Amino acid sequence: MLRFLVMDDLSRFRAVQRLAYDCAEAVAAELEPGITEREAAARMRRWLAGRGVEEWFHLPFAWFGDRTAFAGFHLPHQFFPTGRRLEEGMPYILDVAPVVDGVAADIGYAASLGENAISARLCADLEEYRALVLDGVRAGRPLRAVYDDVDRLIERHGYTNRHRAYPFGLIAHRIGSVSGPGRRRTVGGFGVRSLRLLARQAAVGRRGGWSPFWGPGRGSDHPATPGLWAVEPHIGFRGVGAKFEEMLVVTDSDAFWLDDDLPHVRRWHAVAATA
Amino acid sequence: MIGAVAERSVEALGVRLVVAELGDRSAPTVVLLHGYPDTKEVWEEVAARLASRFHVVAYDMRGAGGSTAPGDTAGYDLERLVDDFVAVIDQVVPGRAVHLVGHDWGSISGWDMVTAPRLRGRVLSFTSISGPSLDHSAHWFRARLRRPTPGALGAVLGQLGRSWYIAAFQLPVLPELTWRRVMARRWPGFLRRVDGVPAGAAVIAPTFATDAAQGVGLYRRNMLRRLNRPRGDALAHAPVQLVVARRDPFVSPRIFDDLDRWAPVLRRRTVDAGHWLPRAHPAQLAGWISEFVSDVEAGHAVTPQGRLVLVTGAGSGIGRATALAFAQPGTRVLAVDVDLAAAERTAELVRLCGGRAWALGCDVSDQDAMERLDRQVFEEHGVVDVLVNNAGIGVAGSFLDTGVEEWRRVLDVNLWGVLHGCRLVGRRMVDRGSGGHIVNVASAAAFTPSKALPAYSTSKAAVLMMSECLRAELAPHGIGVSAICPGFVSTNITRSTRFVGRSAEEQERLRDRSTRLYRRRNYPPERVAAAIVRAVERDQAVVPVTVEARAMQLLGRLVPGVVRRLARLDAL
Repeated sequence: MLRFLVMDDLSRFRAVQRLAYDCAEAVAAELEPGITEREAAARMRRWLAGRGVEEWFHLPFAWFGDRTAFAGFHLPHQFFPTGRRLEEGMPYILDVAPVVDGVAADIGYAASLGENAISARLCADLEEYRALVLDGVRAGRPLRAVYDDVDRLIERHGYTNRHRAYPFGLIAHRIGSVSGPGRRRTVGGFGVRSLRLLARQAAVGRRGGWSPFWGPGRGSDHPATPGLWAVEPHIGFRGVGAKFEEMLVVTDSDAFWLDDDLPHVRRWHAVAATA
Repeated sequence: MIGAVAERSVEALGVRLVVAELGDRSAPTVVLLHGYPDTKEVWEEVAARLASRFHVVAYDMRGAGGSTAPGDTAGYDLERLVDDFVAVIDQVVPGRAVHLVGHDWGSISGWDMVTAPRLRGRVLSFTSISGPSLDHSAHWFRARLRRPTPGALGAVLGQLGRSWYIAAFQLPVLPELTWRRVMARRWPGFLRRVDGVPAGAAVIAPTFATDAAQGVGLYRRNMLRRLNRPRGDALAHAPVQLVVARRDPFVSPRIFDDLDRWAPVLRRRTVDAGHWLPRAHPAQLAGWISEFVSDVEAGHAVTPQGRLVLVTGAGSGIGRATALAFAQPGTRVLAVDVDLAAAERTAELVRLCGGRAWALGCDVSDQDAMERLDRQVFEEHGVVDVLVNNAGIGVAGSFLDTGVEEWRRVLDVNLWGVLHGCRLVGRRMVDRGSGGHIVNVASAAAFTPSKALPAYSTSKAAVLMMSECLRAELAPHGIGVSAICPGFVSTNITRSTRFVGRSAEEQERLRDRSTRLYRRRNYPPERVAAAIVRAVERDQAVVPVTVEARAMQLLGRLVPGVVRRLARLDAL
């Protein structure tokens, strides 16, 4: 069932991921005080629809203020965009996952409107998490152990683990090409074909002893399986949350981030260059 | 009169005031205001000490000592006392600003001066000794009567019990008669008995009987008037140093509880003494006055310094969360940890939250290192206001498996670490005399016997008892001591706990297992930190945190037999 990844496929995924990040950057640049989460999510949707996107891995999410840290989130519906208005100095996160010609991407973009020292610090510290995850996967460590590594780094930083608030506390999930009928339909905010992809992988994984959902439990007591993983470490501190989400490519013998030319990575490099 | 000094008289509204001057006129001027029924001679000892560094001015209040008395009771209005002060400084140091020190009625009228808009800029600082502002006191009474909790009512009664004579002074003639016929003779004995003033220091002026009888006018003119209609804007426009005498028979220390509201820049000093501090503790008082005046002259006390909070084991868990819980603009946090990098990180997080913070590396079990730390902190930051002794390590496993070295290590860190902190910082707090608070992080294990944690529990039980004893000892100095007893809190102590008598492999397994268990319990260190901040605010003695800690404390009291049975269970 698993498609064998060839470089040609990867370039298509890279293109969709870039498109998604371009969308996030474009919408972020236009955010102004008073805009609601719903309006921001709708803008992402319109921006991508204008570029031919008709299918979604999941519908766009936008979180403002302490909702970036998932403060008081207990039920899945709380993740969906609300009427919360953006204010000067507020942190925000945009999470968008378009599908183009069956090729899915899932990205997260964190920043703040104007100055927010905590948000800036969190975003800068995410660099360490990106390296840590890659090192763990490359070393063939069980995903559950890498999850614990991330927890330890969060603890060392003095932050809280906010991906734990996602359903099943997932830090990552498999992603890939979708196919079959139901192209434009969504259920609970997720594309029908995407859900089918995950369900299929879960079934295959069950037989093979692995899970497409990378969480803290025993189900993730295995090294990363070859394929594409959308990894989204999400950290929080005092009502401010930040995350990135990007695709990690795992092959039989190696692993690497699908693309290093992304807004947050460019920002880290710029800081390193001036330092 | 006061030593060998220049005396002069100053004409004020309807009275002539006798003014004494000491010291170098080019030095900063300190004006000393005496109380009732004293004269400026009450300052003799203090003035002599201050004169080496300052230009000291003291005068007899209207109706006292060599100064003449006003014709009627209206002449004792607080406004007139402010006029007198203005007349004196205009004559003695024209155009110059002065530092003010008041005792008793000198302090009561001093509050009127330091809050009077017309004296803004003319009064540089105010040291208040045993004399609250009548306006502030009125608001203090009202606030407590509006919300009459048992504690509030107790405080009100405490002050009323000390103010009986004020009511008595409202009677006609009788007070004057009593002063002239009875008290004039008995005054030195009264000072000794009621206030503990040493025999040699209880000197009385030749004019005593007349001063005391006339001065009753102060009470008749001002008390009811001000208490009924207090000013709402009596904010101090200069830095204030408040000296609180804990055994004052006339002024309850509680009356100053809300003072932060009225004095934006406030330094508190507490001393275990009675009302007549200028007589009983002149050296201590002169030291505080000269330190405060020098600080204000140097611009140090003008900006509020904020509390200085020192937390040990601040690199992670409860310590880090506590450092952060105290972090707010103005507060200064010292994050101490054996792992300096972790402490640095905590300091950085505190700064992110708007506080000021410094990181210091120190092994709390190392006596020399702790003494060095204490000196360094004192030299660079001053005396710690809140000390949180949090650093601790975990040791698990049976008593017989625990080696001597392991015992030593756990007692060194968990008990000696706390002990060094209390010993060094406690001494500094007592010497400073303005109170403070010490929090010792013990554990629910302190009152929960268990065969799984004998060494750890023993160390924490010792910390609990030490805290209780120290609390009793430091109470007279206004220093609170709290012991915090958390249950299972999700921190990295489980990752570093040593499980004795186990192989390295098993060790890892047990650490992982306990870490997961604690995480599943999911009690975050931030909630313990909040309990610590609360314990400081409310001066709580022993604070169990988490439901299991409360339950074990309760069970231990009600059914200790059950607790002993539970102690036999295998934990992991």
